[in-house]
Amino acid sequence: MAHRWGMVIDLDRCTGCEACVVACHAENNIATVGEKQAAMGRAIHWIRVERHWEGEFPNVRVRFQPIPCQQCDDAPCEPVCPTYASYQNAQGLNAQIYNRCIGTRYCANACPYTGRYFNWFNPSWDKPLQLQLNPDVSIRESGVMEKCTFCFQRILAAEANAQAEKRQLRDGEFSPACVQSCPSEAMVFGDLDDPQSEVSRLSRSDRGVKLLGEVGTFPKVTYLTRES
Amino acid sequence: MAQHVITPTSARPFDRDTINQDLLQPVLHTSRRFYGLTSILAAFVLAGLAAFLFQAYAGLGVSGLRRPVFWGFYITNFVFWIGISHAGTLISAILRLVNARWRRPVTRCAEAITVFALLIGASFPVIHLGRPWLFFWLIPYPSERGIWPNFRSPLLWDFCAILTYITGSLIFLLLPMIPDLATVRDRTAGWRKRVYGAVALGWRGTPREWHRLEMAMRIMAVVIIPVAVSVHTIVSWDFAMAPVPMWHSTVFGPYFVAGAIFSGIAALIIAMAFLRKFLHLEQYLKPIHFDNLGKLLLVMSLLWIYFIVAERLTVWYGNSTPEMAVLLATERGKFLPLFWAMVCCNFLIPFPILAIKRFRTVTGTVIASTTVVIGMWLERFLIVVPSLEFKYLPFDWGHYRPSWVEITITLATFAAMPLLYLLFVKFVPIISMWELKGGEPVAAPRVEAASSWTQSRVPTEEPLPGSVD
Repeated sequence: MAHRWGMVIDLDRCTGCEACVVACHAENNIATVGEKQAAMGRAIHWIRVERHWEGEFPNVRVRFQPIPCQQCDDAPCEPVCPTYASYQNAQGLNAQIYNRCIGTRYCANACPYTGRYFNWFNPSWDKPLQLQLNPDVSIRESGVMEKCTFCFQRILAAEANAQAEKRQLRDGEFSPACVQSCPSEAMVFGDLDDPQSEVSRLSRSDRGVKLLGEVGTFPKVTYLTRES
Repeated sequence: MAQHVITPTSARPFDRDTINQDLLQPVLHTSRRFYGLTSILAAFVLAGLAAFLFQAYAGLGVSGLRRPVFWGFYITNFVFWIGISHAGTLISAILRLVNARWRRPVTRCAEAITVFALLIGASFPVIHLGRPWLFFWLIPYPSERGIWPNFRSPLLWDFCAILTYITGSLIFLLLPMIPDLATVRDRTAGWRKRVYGAVALGWRGTPREWHRLEMAMRIMAVVIIPVAVSVHTIVSWDFAMAPVPMWHSTVFGPYFVAGAIFSGIAALIIAMAFLRKFLHLEQYLKPIHFDNLGKLLLVMSLLWIYFIVAERLTVWYGNSTPEMAVLLATERGKFLPLFWAMVCCNFLIPFPILAIKRFRTVTGTVIASTTVVIGMWLERFLIVVPSLEFKYLPFDWGHYRPSWVEITITLATFAAMPLLYLLFVKFVPIISMWELKGGEPVAAPRVEAASSWTQSRVPTEEPLPGSVD
């Protein structure tokens, strides 16, 4: 029953369309902080698409890299939290318990991927986005940290379904919002402990690299490097 | 050390009555200047308090903090003030242990700085919280929530270390105050007599009491030194335990402790100069004290430059990409003015002043100390912020600028320190009278053998200071 959820992101396939970012916002009730706050660097995106330019004009290429929480096995964000708000759950995910968070923001400093986002104010949404909040996801108040959960509410729902139907979870039966909405299918999600799953097959690929692997975080997200 | 023995000037020889009269003057009489200064400082502190309440109400967004710089002015102030607190206990305890006789008028000034700087510093981890009203979740106690705090977190080590240090330094401050409080008790009447009598804990000055006080002081002086060293080491581990470029460094513990003592001595010199001027204590806080503390400051300045070179040269030769981004940003990039201002303030300016005997005067040491305090604040800022602005992934680099809320709260703490000090001076003789009386070669200067630090003071036939006449 235990799973070890992981993700593979194929950088050859990513077009930088940011559909994943939008889907994540809709699924996870992520507040829209407004232009001014966003310009200050306070926008919240549990997944972001980093854009890097390569070469000199006119031979310029742009590369995109979507970065969700890397769900590290040895996550630097976890030991530093004084209240266990940031901890590793039974499925190996770096979970954040909003109610325990007192907002020291130590976890966000410790995260090498800057993958944690803080609620500087109480959440608000640009109208009419407040009408489409997901009832499965709690709203985070001012002063707490939040981050990508690999859409844990979907994991729970799928597990409950499988249990009700008295069967094992099937590979690809469900996926987080970002993976589901990727038009070029650059992202794959699944159980890394299942050797047959697509995600575990792809993560063993020769093209597979870990982001900032030298920091020793052992991420569960694998990037397939560009070959084109 | 022989030339450092305080010899009374010919103009005003020390005797019990002069000491009592000079040092009890600020306690027994209140000038109009005191009220004026207190109200100005209190206004600043209240402004800071209002800013904090506004921040707690509106959300931490009213500060200038932003991703990726999640710590800024508040943590800078935290490290700075905890550093300043190393003035007292360390200096005073070490000077007591090595039986440096010139320390006598200095110790209480230093110990008071420790307690107040700690109170101010310890408030910042609460001020900077996203939900400050839940700060007590950091405290390890069996609660109805059924969950203990995370003992792996350096923030919890911080809490334990600082609580220990506050408790220890408060005892260290209060113990040698007892005989002096008894003296005040004996010279006041009415409600004051009752209050001072209560805090003097019924001190009568019997040889038994003197002996116990002596023992307690000796124990505390030994105990407080490792506590002080551990506190700033643990503060440095708040940074060193996170895999952040230029934070994750083994040198941080001793580097922070050295910096803390450095800024602590500077704060002590400034405080002493103010006391000397405003309370007319020229006879007690003499150039020799500034000279001696100036020498200590010189040693710490050299130690500081040693640590910063050791830290940065190692990083430079290591040449790892993320660390070099931070190193170059501080030394040659956007933090260049602040970095080189720090080097000037902490080394280039104070070093010649303190190294040349002619400049190591009261004015000279105060100038050097002022630059050191500024430089050490900059140092804390340059440790906290550049590493966060230039952390690993260049796409996420950001810029931090403090808002008026942080600036107000910072200024308020710089007003809180003199305010607390002023009130303290109002209620307690700032120079340890009984130590001065016991240690001063008054009528017949006697050369002390290598004895314990209190031996010279324990009187025999004469009425003891603070005893009931």
